[in-house]
Amino acid sequence: MAEVLLQMRGIQKYFPGVHALDDCRFELRRGEVHALVGENGAGKSTMMKVLTGVYQRDAGEILIDARPVEIHNTRDAQALGISIIHQELNLMKDLTVAENIFIGREPKKGVMLDKRRQNRMAQELLSSLSIDIAPTTNVGKLTVAKQQMVEIAKALSFENTRILIMDEPSAALTETEIGELFRFIRELKARGVGIVYISHRMGELKQISDRITVMRDGQYIGTVDTEKTSMDEIIRMMVGRVIYEQPKEKSNVPEGAPVVLEARDLRSREVKGVSFELRKGEILGFAGLMGAGRTETARLIVGADRRYSGEIYVNGKKADIKDPFDAVRAGIGYLSEDRKRYGLCLPLSVADNVALATLEDFTGTLVVNDRKVRQIAHEYRERISIKAPTVDTKVVSLSGGNQQKVVVAKWLVRNCDILIFDEPTRGIDVGAKSEIYKLMHQLADEGKSIIMISSEMPELLRMSDRILVMCEGEKTGELDIQEATQEKIMALAAPRI
Amino acid sequence: MQNLVGKKKIDYQKLLAPAALVILYIFFAIFGKNFFSYEGLKQIFQSSYYIGFMAAGVTFVIITGGIDLSIGTVMMCSALIGGLAFSNWGWPVWLALFLVPLVGLFFGFVNGILVAKLKLPPFIATLGTMLVSQGFGSIVSGVRTMYYPTVGSPDQWFRSVFYIHNNLPVGMLWLFGAFFLAAFLLNKTRFGRYNFAIGSNEEAARLSGVKVDNWKIAIHAMCGLFAGLAGIFYGAAYTTITPGKGNGEELNAIAGVVIGGTSMSGGSGTMAGTLIGVLIMATLKKGLSSVGLQAHWQTFFTGFVVIGAVLLDNARNRAANRVRIEAPAAAAKS
Repeated sequence: MAEVLLQMRGIQKYFPGVHALDDCRFELRRGEVHALVGENGAGKSTMMKVLTGVYQRDAGEILIDARPVEIHNTRDAQALGISIIHQELNLMKDLTVAENIFIGREPKKGVMLDKRRQNRMAQELLSSLSIDIAPTTNVGKLTVAKQQMVEIAKALSFENTRILIMDEPSAALTETEIGELFRFIRELKARGVGIVYISHRMGELKQISDRITVMRDGQYIGTVDTEKTSMDEIIRMMVGRVIYEQPKEKSNVPEGAPVVLEARDLRSREVKGVSFELRKGEILGFAGLMGAGRTETARLIVGADRRYSGEIYVNGKKADIKDPFDAVRAGIGYLSEDRKRYGLCLPLSVADNVALATLEDFTGTLVVNDRKVRQIAHEYRERISIKAPTVDTKVVSLSGGNQQKVVVAKWLVRNCDILIFDEPTRGIDVGAKSEIYKLMHQLADEGKSIIMISSEMPELLRMSDRILVMCEGEKTGELDIQEATQEKIMALAAPRI
Repeated sequence: MQNLVGKKKIDYQKLLAPAALVILYIFFAIFGKNFFSYEGLKQIFQSSYYIGFMAAGVTFVIITGGIDLSIGTVMMCSALIGGLAFSNWGWPVWLALFLVPLVGLFFGFVNGILVAKLKLPPFIATLGTMLVSQGFGSIVSGVRTMYYPTVGSPDQWFRSVFYIHNNLPVGMLWLFGAFFLAAFLLNKTRFGRYNFAIGSNEEAARLSGVKVDNWKIAIHAMCGLFAGLAGIFYGAAYTTITPGKGNGEELNAIAGVVIGGTSMSGGSGTMAGTLIGVLIMATLKKGLSSVGLQAHWQTFFTGFVVIGAVLLDNARNRAANRVRIEAPAAAAKS
């Protein structure tokens, strides 16, 4: 058995209100590809941020070559031979390959840059890794796969690099490119580099990894040898949490409820032919992993992004939705997962935000009737209990849950019958969460139809009448609530490449 | 219904600019020569007319988070074309005076199209129209100086309506009227409400079904209209309009807006603040010359006032932000 390079033990990490890592461990051997898997929010990234010095651990120890180390920042990590390749590549597109590799430590001749030597050094490095790219090429001209290799070469140009973390390296690659990447990874293995491989793609893990560690809800679940494990086993480990909340037992939607929204073959860059129906009074859950195209689908429905093709029908009639103006008038309201960026005007008052989608109804010939605006805001503040001292309070000073309610109020005032909640409980504390759930149920009972996008499976199982699962831009399945289980959802949500 | 109305607290920060104006005035009243007099006050007013109009217009644009660099040359171009209509095309003065703001409106509309529809950065778009309007003014006037009616000419009513009458600075009435109108638009109408919404979060406004592009065009057009109106008062103040000038004036107007507490990043600002900002600059101008410092000193000190005003604004924003607690939304994500 190869020697152990890295050991992380008993790692604890707290954020205000969140126990992000609870007694987590991880081990990496020389020349090993060790996959780290888990759902969104399982703590994989936090764990790696602790390792690379972005976050400081609150307890536990990190050992490299069996010696305890302290990693206070990324510089420390680099000095210990730890490099990370992020999903979003950090290359400067207008610089050459050589310039990118040696940025910040360019070889110099006196005060001048020694470009020739830099190119030669880059060439040597690339050849030694058998990467066939000219060091003088502009990075922007390379394919994503090649750019990734440049990034890896850069990581390895720090001579001591022995631990390489790859965060979803295959996400943006085609199948041939993935093959290329894997050949390259095997090369690195042969050189004795230890690789932490983060991915959602089960089939891929089978091909490339030696061991797999599963995390869930900030906890260490287990480490298995890839050869001796089945994919189903891994999925069970990923989702097999204790569910505190009872999932919904059966759909609340009456038989024969009319279809209020129908999407037919929606397509854009990220969405590949999604069709579905939404019934009156229904809560339709959208499940999937990060990047599955759920938010993108929602944005197509509300006209926020341009769609290549596809049709949208509201109450059986074709709706010509070109921009959010049209969607709002068709009665569709969108509550973004990032409400600060897409939902609220933070420096403005509760009343102004609540009336934003309906301002023309409160305007006489010219003048906005502020009394009416504040009256309606006040009414909704009471009705869905927005905890704000007055309706003149600026939204910026409210808590996350109450900000979310302000957005809800905006669409209720507009009298939207179709509401799309995109990760409605993200960044909201437990108490406010159950209030949002209650509100959503109440709305559905009143005959509003809801699409709920969520990455938290217990939440989806508890709220939805039906669950649509997406993976990499495609709809991979639709489950009635009676038949839906975490395992079934995960099996549909995980890419099979 | 008591808590519906909710008592509004006095925001002491808002009193900063008026206080600065009063202090400046008292300072120069004590130390300046011939400053504390009717004549001195009149001069302060007279030098703020056309800057004030431009500043009021550009306040709308700055609240959306944009900028309009073309207002100075658009003002000049409008004034030149008005003068041309009056002195070369034989238009009656009153008709020519209608043309002046229309020219401004046109350029503002073009700015709006460039920014909202063609998605040019406002800085670049309006830099372009700044040069275009400057050149256009010169071209149509044939690089000749234009004259507005002076005292003693048959149309001398022009100056007594827009500039001075019986030693009364009547232009001030127009300026106050314009600011009153601008403040009404900004605070009471849908136009103003969307102005703030776009400035504080354009994407949220768009997703709420606001036709952001169209409103932005309207806002830029409004700014152009005000710049055009400024042209009338420039004509009234100087009576001779020389082609090729006007750039630089927009910066005086923008400085006034900034001193008045409108944030360059958009989403907040007041017309009253802008008016006070413009008056502070005019007071500084008159005051510094009353203590014997020439024009270049005025420029020098105005620079300090602008920087000081923005530093204060930043400090205030930081203080406001400190209260917020950032939840680690990204922290638990994997």
